[in-house]
Amino acid sequence: MSIIELKNVSKTFDAKKSNIHALSNIDLCVEEGEIFGVIGLSGAGKSTLVRCMNLLEKPTDGEILIDGKNLLKLSNRELRLMRREIGMIFQHFNLLMQRNVLDNVCFPMEIAGVSKAEARKRAKQYLDIVGLSDKAKAYPVQLSGGQKQRVAIARTLASNPRIILCDEATSALDPQTTGTILNLLKQINKEYQITVVVITHEMRVVEEICDRVAVLDHGVLAEVGDVKEVFKAPKSNAAKALLLERKIKQLEGDVANDI
Amino acid sequence: MIFKDMMTMLAEGTRDTLYMVLISTLLGYVIGLPLGILLTISDVDGISPNKVLYKILDIIINITRSIPFLILLILIMPFTKLVVGKSYGTTATIVPLTIAAAPLIARMVESSLKEVDKGVIEAAFSMGAGGFTIIWKVMVTEARTSLLVGVTIALGTILGYSAMAGVIGGGGLGDIAIRYGYYRYETGVMIVTVAVLVVLMQVLQWAGMLISKKIDRRRGK
Repeated sequence: MSIIELKNVSKTFDAKKSNIHALSNIDLCVEEGEIFGVIGLSGAGKSTLVRCMNLLEKPTDGEILIDGKNLLKLSNRELRLMRREIGMIFQHFNLLMQRNVLDNVCFPMEIAGVSKAEARKRAKQYLDIVGLSDKAKAYPVQLSGGQKQRVAIARTLASNPRIILCDEATSALDPQTTGTILNLLKQINKEYQITVVVITHEMRVVEEICDRVAVLDHGVLAEVGDVKEVFKAPKSNAAKALLLERKIKQLEGDVANDI
Repeated sequence: MIFKDMMTMLAEGTRDTLYMVLISTLLGYVIGLPLGILLTISDVDGISPNKVLYKILDIIINITRSIPFLILLILIMPFTKLVVGKSYGTTATIVPLTIAAAPLIARMVESSLKEVDKGVIEAAFSMGAGGFTIIWKVMVTEARTSLLVGVTIALGTILGYSAMAGVIGGGGLGDIAIRYGYYRYETGVMIVTVAVLVVLMQVLQWAGMLISKKIDRRRGK
């Protein structure tokens, strides 16, 4: 059984003039333990798709199964419990600015009713994993973007998730920091067998860490497959366009280097 | 008037004014804070949108806020008498002051809470937080600096209103300024009284800003 299964998921936003179809009839499976990428140009519906996976966004139609359980049929309480198994990190980190790093990591455990002493003990371990033990008492404002994302990763680990959703998690970071965050995600995936879903518009991210990738084009699933295959022989126009764009960027880089 | 008498009178006036202002602001928050929270969460982009509730609160608050304080003071005299037993004096003045403060406070709380980053609220939802946790541990906590600036503004405004209540025998410094300065032409007493009010306002403002800055973690240490 797939850990995440989307069946015929559609999402329409009501707008004044005409309705916007953010997602149309998406069928998708994410297998346990893999790193799954969703790529597409901005406006392709990637963020909406990942937000459907923990019901931050409610689909207009279709089913979302996590471990075979339909999220849309859960009660509020059951949904809250389920969300603890689905961590999420964001482009803009979304840390609590008035809490220090340690207390930010403690927050999910506070929600889950873990005792304060126990939460602090565990939070320190999570900060160790992401390599930020020395910043426990710092406030988010004192951290760099990469460090903030590490805190966010430690924070999601705090609820012992089975899945981590990453919504453009490296898009606000420079290329070098992006690399270290991707490595961290890969390491967490390997060591703790946490399934990772990565939403991105950067080919590089998919290339570096994903096992499989889905290409999203104007709310429609254009192509799904192993990263290597999709990169070698893209079938859809959207995938071809993304590859072409990457190639142009590389050439630009080469030219700049030559000069 | 003998200097000593005047000092005693001013001291009592200051005490009465502070009593009115602090109690009214406190009661104003007892009513205004929940109202402000309701406004925030029931608005279109709030965590629990409810058009009807928002509109009702919106209209009630606008109506209360548009009534000039002096009119409100007189308008609700029967109600004040019902609550306190008389319609003049310091304790009685707390009633109209609270009614004037609550909608102002509700609006300030609303604007403070709406400043909280939507992304942080979304992150809390993604962790499985419930509405109550989101309101107290995310919205109110993240907005605490702005909320405290609001408390400072509320105290200042209520201080101004409390002086106005002197017109109907409201007690406190405003009462002294009107009785001696206005009715008896004792300009000296009036000036001293107003000076005390100015000092009070400065101290409130200074202390409020100091505390709100002190608890703000968004600027580096």
